[in-house]
Amino acid sequence: MIIVDYRNIFFALSGLLVLASFGALAVFGLQIGSDFTGGTLVQVRYDTRPAVEELTRSLDSAGFEGYSLREAENTDYILRAGNLSEAQRAGLKTTLSIGDTYTSEITQLTEVGPTIGKELRNKAFFALALVLICILFFIAFAFRKVSKPISSWVYGLIALVTLAFDVTIPLGAFAIFGELWGAQIDSLFVTAILTILGYSVHDTIVVFDRTRENLRLNEEHSRKEDFAHTAGRSLKQTFVRSMNTSVTTLIALTILYLVGPDSTKDFALTLLVGIVAGTYSSIFLATPLLVAVERWRAGKGAR
Amino acid sequence: MLKMRLVALFILLCGGGLGWFVYSPAASAIWPFKLGLDLSGGTQLVYRADTSNIPGSEVSDSMAALRDTIERRVNLFGVSEPIVQTQRGGTFAGAPEERLIVELPGVTDTQRAIELIGETPVLEFRMLKEGADTSQLSTSTVDELFEPAAITGKHLANTQLQFQTGTGYANEPVVVLNFNAEGKDIFARLTSENVGRLFGIFLDGVPISIPVIREAIPDGTAVISGGFQAEEARELARNLNYGALPVPIELLSTQTVAGTLGAKAVQDGLRAGLWGIGLVALFMVLWYRLPGVIAVVALSLYIVLVLSIFKLLGVTLTAAGIAAFILSIGMAVDANVLIFERMKEELRSGKSVSDGIREGFARAWLSIRDSNISSMITALILFWLGTSLVKGFALVFGIGVAVSMFTAIIVSRSLLISVGVTAKDGIARFLFSSGTRL
Repeated sequence: MIIVDYRNIFFALSGLLVLASFGALAVFGLQIGSDFTGGTLVQVRYDTRPAVEELTRSLDSAGFEGYSLREAENTDYILRAGNLSEAQRAGLKTTLSIGDTYTSEITQLTEVGPTIGKELRNKAFFALALVLICILFFIAFAFRKVSKPISSWVYGLIALVTLAFDVTIPLGAFAIFGELWGAQIDSLFVTAILTILGYSVHDTIVVFDRTRENLRLNEEHSRKEDFAHTAGRSLKQTFVRSMNTSVTTLIALTILYLVGPDSTKDFALTLLVGIVAGTYSSIFLATPLLVAVERWRAGKGAR
Repeated sequence: MLKMRLVALFILLCGGGLGWFVYSPAASAIWPFKLGLDLSGGTQLVYRADTSNIPGSEVSDSMAALRDTIERRVNLFGVSEPIVQTQRGGTFAGAPEERLIVELPGVTDTQRAIELIGETPVLEFRMLKEGADTSQLSTSTVDELFEPAAITGKHLANTQLQFQTGTGYANEPVVVLNFNAEGKDIFARLTSENVGRLFGIFLDGVPISIPVIREAIPDGTAVISGGFQAEEARELARNLNYGALPVPIELLSTQTVAGTLGAKAVQDGLRAGLWGIGLVALFMVLWYRLPGVIAVVALSLYIVLVLSIFKLLGVTLTAAGIAAFILSIGMAVDANVLIFERMKEELRSGKSVSDGIREGFARAWLSIRDSNISSMITALILFWLGTSLVKGFALVFGIGVAVSMFTAIIVSRSLLISVGVTAKDGIARFLFSSGTRL
């Protein structure tokens, strides 16, 4: 199996991707949305869009501080600011219309108080921890039967390594999206990450399950087969399945990103990246890692 | 075989029926799709209720009274189908707190919505603490001087405007509070036990009247004489009649989406759904041929089944929910792919087509179960912990996972077997083969 034979190339590629993600995270950082920090998000639509400077002057005089203004699609602006005062909220439309100079419509206004922000943040961490614990149990359960020549916990450990890969890549991608069009970490992003975790852990387990099934069959029929060969054969058997289920999911997500609602575009893109990473890791990372561990152990035993 | 075909026919008829149910205007009139505020347009306001001055045992009653009052208030202003609910929140950011969530479909002016709720007066009763003096009012806070009284705003039945006459009263307008049956008893006990103490009546946190309790009041009335102008008193009486808030509320968060934006999101979501279904179906037919066609039939059944469930359970659809549905279309065929790949292996090993189908289904089952379990875990956790936005995603995703398991196993299997291809060569081989191979 070509993927197993040239595993070092894929290790290098995976390593590069992870490094690139960390690089993006270090350079751009992640922008945390008002969901989690508390604050205000306003989307406003104009008949004709005023210049940024004009709008900035109007906002400044209305007492807005530390806000960010970004041009959005069509003739929209997206304004992110701290929590509004009563007067700021009441005069928001006038401020954005710069008196009566422009015709504006506030199409979206979301205000999150500081307590709610903190609560959502804590909930997000809690949900992430809970999903990880459940996945750990799931992996422990899936690999409870001891098998040779690799013990169960190695399968579990490698499944975890691929999961870490699956989360790192979309995080890095999101740092780049943040830089490019101001994408922000919000509840939907966390949802996407959790969905990716659920999806890809299973993808890896399907491949490993096949490996163990083939190992068992070999033992039953007293066949002698090199471990790398068995693993490669198993990978080949599950390859089309892995690709095809990803392809249908990716078709749906690509469509969602291209023509779906604006509010779920970043969500669709995060899932796209995550599921590509998940499929890649379960095919090009999981089994090659398994073979590498087996080789390393065999080498140690021979010495 | 005949039995399988009858089952298949039954399934197809059910599918047709559900399809009619989803699309017919007659059924939609009774069971319409429920759209969330982000799709229909409207405002959601989340308030924190300050229950610190309410005895612990009274909190849930007071919250219910708060909800009813706000609901009356909102209905008064002609908002259609408002949703007002209470929620215990905040366990993830310190002490738990009582919340009030108000959803106003069609109201897209946040400020107006806030004012609409904000005009509702907060009526509170408190006893002046022993040893405290009203002359300290200017230097101390209300909480330092007053303690909660057993009676609260929720015991108010109605109010009346009266003009007090007699010596010393220059025809002064007063507001008479009539308590309900429960309030009457509480007030009688309170007044009889506290003769000589000062009783504070607070409106929106401000003491407007602090009379001395001279004697027990058994008839369940209290008088607010706050030196009102006639117009002021009339307005107060009217506002209190619509209901007074038993506890003060504080705005925590707001969310407003304009109807135009929501309508566009629905349109985009619908278009994405149709394109998604079309392309996934095309891929399945091109790659898996006959089983692919069956997978598409199963997928169509999946879609009408899920949409029917949305209608019957009254699932509130949000943009995130639509995203979950489209994602689930891609994942729903996952089970079919697993089965077909297994099936092909069985065929390759020389089994007949019908044996291959049976074996393929049997062997793929474990994989399908596990994959759905891991997705279901994610959906459950998200639903349990998520905000309304995330809940919308999790619910649709969870329903999708559960239903897709059913359609892939039961529907695909019955249909595939009842097609009844038994030949081992030629066309049958072609139909059950896949990919680019002929």
